[in-house]
Amino acid sequence: MKLWHEKVIEKVLAGCAVITILTTIGIILTLLVESVGFFREVSIWDFLTGTQWTPLFTQKEYGILPLLSGTFLTTFIAVSVALPIGLIIAIYLSEYATRRFRKIMKPMLEVLAVVPTVVYGFFALMIVTPFLQSFIPGLSGFNALSPGIVMGIMIIPFVSSLSEDALSAVPNSLRQASFGMGSTRLQTAFRVMVPAASSGIIVSVILAIARAIGETMIVAIAAGHQPRLTFDPTVPIETITAYIIQVSKGDVPHGTIEYKTIFAAGITLFVFTFILNTVSYWIRNRYRQKYE
Amino acid sequence: MNNDKKNRLKDKAFRVVGVTATWAGIIVLAIFMGFILYTGLGRLSLDFLTSLPSRFPEQSGIYTAWIGSLWILILTTMISFPVGVGAGIYLEEYAKNSRLNTLLEVNIANLAGVPSVIYGLLGLGIFVRLAQFGNSILAGALTLALLVLPIIIVSTREAIRAVPGSIREASQGLGATKWQTIWYQILPASFGGILTGVILAISRAVGETAPLIVIGALAYVPFAPRGPLDEFTVLPIQIFNWVSRPQQEFVINAAAAIIVLLGVTLVMNGIAVYLRHKWQEKMKW
Repeated sequence: MKLWHEKVIEKVLAGCAVITILTTIGIILTLLVESVGFFREVSIWDFLTGTQWTPLFTQKEYGILPLLSGTFLTTFIAVSVALPIGLIIAIYLSEYATRRFRKIMKPMLEVLAVVPTVVYGFFALMIVTPFLQSFIPGLSGFNALSPGIVMGIMIIPFVSSLSEDALSAVPNSLRQASFGMGSTRLQTAFRVMVPAASSGIIVSVILAIARAIGETMIVAIAAGHQPRLTFDPTVPIETITAYIIQVSKGDVPHGTIEYKTIFAAGITLFVFTFILNTVSYWIRNRYRQKYE
Repeated sequence: MNNDKKNRLKDKAFRVVGVTATWAGIIVLAIFMGFILYTGLGRLSLDFLTSLPSRFPEQSGIYTAWIGSLWILILTTMISFPVGVGAGIYLEEYAKNSRLNTLLEVNIANLAGVPSVIYGLLGLGIFVRLAQFGNSILAGALTLALLVLPIIIVSTREAIRAVPGSIREASQGLGATKWQTIWYQILPASFGGILTGVILAISRAVGETAPLIVIGALAYVPFAPRGPLDEFTVLPIQIFNWVSRPQQEFVINAAAAIIVLLGVTLVMNGIAVYLRHKWQEKMKW
């Protein structure tokens, strides 16, 4: 009687775990089914190489490149902000700061990642853009620079927390050996600790990139909605994510080609984040046991 | 200047750079928050919380939005809490080292990195269209539940792993079955850690905008929802809607709504951090 009861519980719990697999299958199937419909009407070649993205105009073009360039531009700006600052914070907290300071600052920094992204969008549009305009005269009201910078601030904790974890996982003996040779903290940090923790630091950067690529509301609010193949950070652009929001906001009827474009854009986005996630998972697993 | 002195100087310089960088992010956030308070605090009133949305910014309120957010919060918790904790228990207690476990682990790590807007497309395809829930609270809550599931699973597993093996062994030594051990010993001991993860997950769900826009939550809902199958809006979408308008009055409304949203998110996170701290103290057996 008892054993029967235990078996049922185990099955129910397994069912909960399997939901996560069903979620992945659901995502892939949903994206594929609607995308297949899209690619019946638009050739994959035109989609991947076209330089115009105008599905909402009368003269319809379906080249994803402008959305990709917008996505990469904002991601590049965000990572350029978050990588140096996040890494310096990680090194400072792990190699210089007192234990007390670290214990207080780490959760405070993580607040940056907790603020809802729609709030960051407001910051980008209302504070950062006007501020930047005061010394970049040609800066448009909607641009890639401001949301990129704000996104960078948002992902600082991704880089700093994970990199700090990686640095503190390096055995103390390495640090002591370096001090014993007469190195300063700075030399120890950059020539011993950072190389020793490099796999963890790389993982943190990849995860931050994936986060920036998928970030939606900041760019939907502050980058404008003008798909354009450019790497000029001062003009309005559109990212893949912002396009999906732009279409979803309006009332696009189910089954139309406009409706299907968001799934084609979505699958492109999914492929990129999937590759980044898989690479980071692989690096993490491969190098996890290095110092154990 | 010799090399040694130069290196010491560089070392000192980096110390300054490090402190500056650590404070920089926090100071920027403080400036942002100051701006929000300065802009929105004057607009915040009981009227603002109890008024329906309107074309006229001064009469407009966030009543429908916060009721919608409350519905989403409750339903998402009801769905994601049992499923996430169940999956976490299964992975940690039952499926250890099996091939299924590896697959589940890789998959959950991947799901945690899927952009939220993609979950919106999933919800649109499965819950809105296939299951025919329409643009309802239920469809939104199901979508967000899937979105936060990886967070709950990972924190449940960590919490369970922190329970010392001696407790498990003692319970089994007294003749308890596996489930009795989990239910009477492991879960009570790890509950603080699990709760922390659930609160963090729910605060994430309350702040989400993109997936709900994709599943068709509306910017303008004239009445507060009464049931899970009603159309709805949430605070973040109301903010998005106001930010997108040109008139300065709507910006003030957006700032006031942001104060409410940030208040809720930060309080939830504060509670989570406090609980984690308490629990970690307790877990030092």
